[in-house]
Amino acid sequence: MQPLTKHTELVLPMDQSNVDTDQIIPKQFLKRIERTGFGQFLFFDWRFLDDGSDNPQFVLNRPEFSGASILLAQRNFGCGSSREHAPWALADYGFRVLIAPSFADIFFNNCFKNGLLPIRLEESAVGDLFARTAAHPGYQLAVDLENSTITDEHGLSLSFEVDAFRRHCLLNGLDDIALTLEREEDIAAYEQAHGIG
Amino acid sequence: MKAENVPRTMSEKIWDDHVVHAQQGKQTILYIDLHLVHEVTSPQAFEGLRLTGRKVRRPERTVATVDHDVPTTDRLLPIADPISKQQIDTLRRNCREFGIRLYDLHDENQGIVHVIGPELGLTQPGMAIVCGDSHTATHGALGALAFGIGTSEVEHVLATQTLLQYKPKTLEIRVDGRLGFGSTAKDLILYLIGRLSTQGGTGYCIEYTGEAIRSLSMEERMTVCNMSIEAGARAGLVAPDEATFEYLRGKPFVPEDFDAALARWSRLPTDEGASYDRTETFDAGDIRPQITWGTNPGQVVDIEDKVPNPADLDDPTDQKAAAKALEYMDLSPGTPMTSINVDRVFIGSCTNGRIEDLRAAAAVLHGYRVADGVEAIVVPGSGLVKREAEAQGLDRIFTEAGLEWREPGCSMCLAMNPDKLEPGQRCASTSNRNFEGRQGKGGRTHLVGPAMAAAAAVAGHFVDIRQWDYK
Repeated sequence: MQPLTKHTELVLPMDQSNVDTDQIIPKQFLKRIERTGFGQFLFFDWRFLDDGSDNPQFVLNRPEFSGASILLAQRNFGCGSSREHAPWALADYGFRVLIAPSFADIFFNNCFKNGLLPIRLEESAVGDLFARTAAHPGYQLAVDLENSTITDEHGLSLSFEVDAFRRHCLLNGLDDIALTLEREEDIAAYEQAHGIG
Repeated sequence: MKAENVPRTMSEKIWDDHVVHAQQGKQTILYIDLHLVHEVTSPQAFEGLRLTGRKVRRPERTVATVDHDVPTTDRLLPIADPISKQQIDTLRRNCREFGIRLYDLHDENQGIVHVIGPELGLTQPGMAIVCGDSHTATHGALGALAFGIGTSEVEHVLATQTLLQYKPKTLEIRVDGRLGFGSTAKDLILYLIGRLSTQGGTGYCIEYTGEAIRSLSMEERMTVCNMSIEAGARAGLVAPDEATFEYLRGKPFVPEDFDAALARWSRLPTDEGASYDRTETFDAGDIRPQITWGTNPGQVVDIEDKVPNPADLDDPTDQKAAAKALEYMDLSPGTPMTSINVDRVFIGSCTNGRIEDLRAAAAVLHGYRVADGVEAIVVPGSGLVKREAEAQGLDRIFTEAGLEWREPGCSMCLAMNPDKLEPGQRCASTSNRNFEGRQGKGGRTHLVGPAMAAAAAVAGHFVDIRQWDYK
């Protein structure tokens, strides 16, 4: 997993609530047996017209947001299906940070396993970020995971909460399974105490 | 007071029973009793094991089936979609390589993972159960702590038989009274999601309590728990009781010493005096048959209502979402829900694909024919449900009414197999998600219970089931 530390990048505003994982990566792409290559299908049904051309209305296709790696959205982002293909697609497309008032639990959890940082902010703070993105073409945010702060060049300074353990894993690109297996003795002891095995 | 004497909720008891290692400020390592696997969210997890040279720690605690991709038409024909076939073949290979039991396409127990778990008795009270599928909360109906996980977590469970978790907050949803005439478990959960919103349960484990929940059958409880995730909750539970024990008695995988198990399971319900982090109460008498009008399950109204006007909603974000939903659904505010025509009807899924659901649909259809121009399919949740339905003659009622009787699988709930809506088609569906394109790109889904779906098939439009003339 690629470590994530400080990140100053273009912001893409997706002014929608309840963006579900079926929209992030539609079902026809879940048949792949790989973990990679999902970025080309990200938001497929919104991003492409029926003839396969880009939908110019969709925010991902607007040239001013090309190359954005911070996605700003409204509440309950990532709801619905548990498909980890959704964070795979977002990360593969180039997103590293997601900001919304709330995220669905399973999606939120899946993000951390894939080097994506989901940041929860108050609804009013998210509203302010949408306004700033609209007011300043080429709007960028600097996300500092180590210090849990978000700043911009226009005087904004916010702090966000992130669980210390998850931050540690993201900063260092650590693998959960290896960490758990360091506790193998505890697992074996639990199994023995419960007559498992 | 000793720690074990502090009153605890049911989910806290199950949690405590599964703690392998807890450390302040970190996720707890939680032991997993049963891991269910299907073809869509597992290939990358098995590949991860191969890449790191890891083994499956307890292969006997993982059970696999094929359900998401499988065709529901003639199973003797080869799988037409080469990519689906590859995914199914990959699961077969992985199960063989890692020594995991697989209920394959031609196995009599094949079916939707959340239908076969309970019906085989694999799902038991007090267990911690996970599956790479958000509808895993279904198993909570038997008093198990069950939740959906991502593929990285599937790999973690395979390798360690544990999961890293934060303890969820507890939310009691108490439903007093009894459901009125025509209202079902599906209406109950849709109503709750409408009231709680699609994120009202986020961060919580729900425990459903109250007379209305206690009086539900086991299958009805499964329908309720199944859709907990649509309110944002990863898990939803009902305390085990006599109904649970009777349901499990004699099932193939229940413990040999059933009486000892009963004694254990009887200690699971929430202790008197235990407190939940939050409690919401509802009155079952307020719950009328429900139907969704929008593109998330919280956008729901009573069947006798009209399509709402976005301008009437309080919150600007909700207004915007409602306007977008109505545009996608091609509906105008003020349209009576019962005047909306349907092109397709889908009866099935892990929400409503069990025998009681099929009986409810068959009771409506008996003596009727599907309306001209409406295509309707019935997809049993498992091989067992299918055989049971056929033994009861339900399949003949369906086919005589002009519905197609299919093989078990997830089918048009998520349309990964050939069962899908065409752009612009409108569907009465007993499934769990009415998201844009969920049942096929451009398709429009209205979620309802099985009886209302069957009635819509006959009438060609939605019907208030309380006015149905049963023959």
